[in-house]
Amino acid sequence: MNRRTLLKRSLAVGAAGVAASAGLLAPGQVLAAYPTAAFEAKDTASALSAAVGSGSYSDSADIKIKAPDIAENGAVVPVTVSTSMGNVESVTLLVDANNSPMVGSFDLSKAEAFVSTRIKMGKTGNVMAVVKSGGKLYANQKEVKVTIGGCGG
Amino acid sequence: MAKSIKIRAKAKGGVVTVKALMNHPMETGLRKDKKTGKLIPAHHIQEVTAKAGDNTVMTAVWGGAISKNPYLSFKYPGGKGDSLTLSWVDNKGNSDSMTTAVK
Repeated sequence: MNRRTLLKRSLAVGAAGVAASAGLLAPGQVLAAYPTAAFEAKDTASALSAAVGSGSYSDSADIKIKAPDIAENGAVVPVTVSTSMGNVESVTLLVDANNSPMVGSFDLSKAEAFVSTRIKMGKTGNVMAVVKSGGKLYANQKEVKVTIGGCGG
Repeated sequence: MAKSIKIRAKAKGGVVTVKALMNHPMETGLRKDKKTGKLIPAHHIQEVTAKAGDNTVMTAVWGGAISKNPYLSFKYPGGKGDSLTLSWVDNKGNSDSMTTAVK
């Protein structure tokens, strides 16, 4: 961890602590850290660089993505990501076929390298998990075929 | 809205597995109302924070592509009796939190 990220981290943690101890979460404070640009980006590379600072990654088979091969309902696709890598700082989920590929990002620097959730997929595409470990990005993908889309109506 | 979160947290071998369900519409802002043909404005959770005692163990930022009534599971190093608090904030500034004891 370099000095810059350390500073950012400690600031963020400090702000969250203050908000919680005051018994309320001021939306302005929280939203300041929200990467709006990442969620508005229309392609995976720019979403990734807005979310984690870089769009370049190396492929890694150590990242395990558990998702169905065929999802009947694109509105609810269960996805589980785990990895044997150490020093995992964050896991970012993207779906390349979605209107905006960014799904969400999980800061796991104090947690185990495991996260499970349910996501929406507009159509058949790749679920991509990007793991930040030791300041570097690693990614793996899994194709999920969607028979009924979950975005748009 | 005090009951919008359900949490189960279980400790095993020094690792706590947390499973949580939140009640939220998670509108992407891209869907159209079938009757009026107008877009339904985006309304989704943006930030989820989990704390064990005073320590933040996990934070997540979400977009509208997380499913309606989100499910979240993660693991962190901890033990039985931890007081685990999960809270969320959505894009309209609403928030909720829930505290449970790790079993």
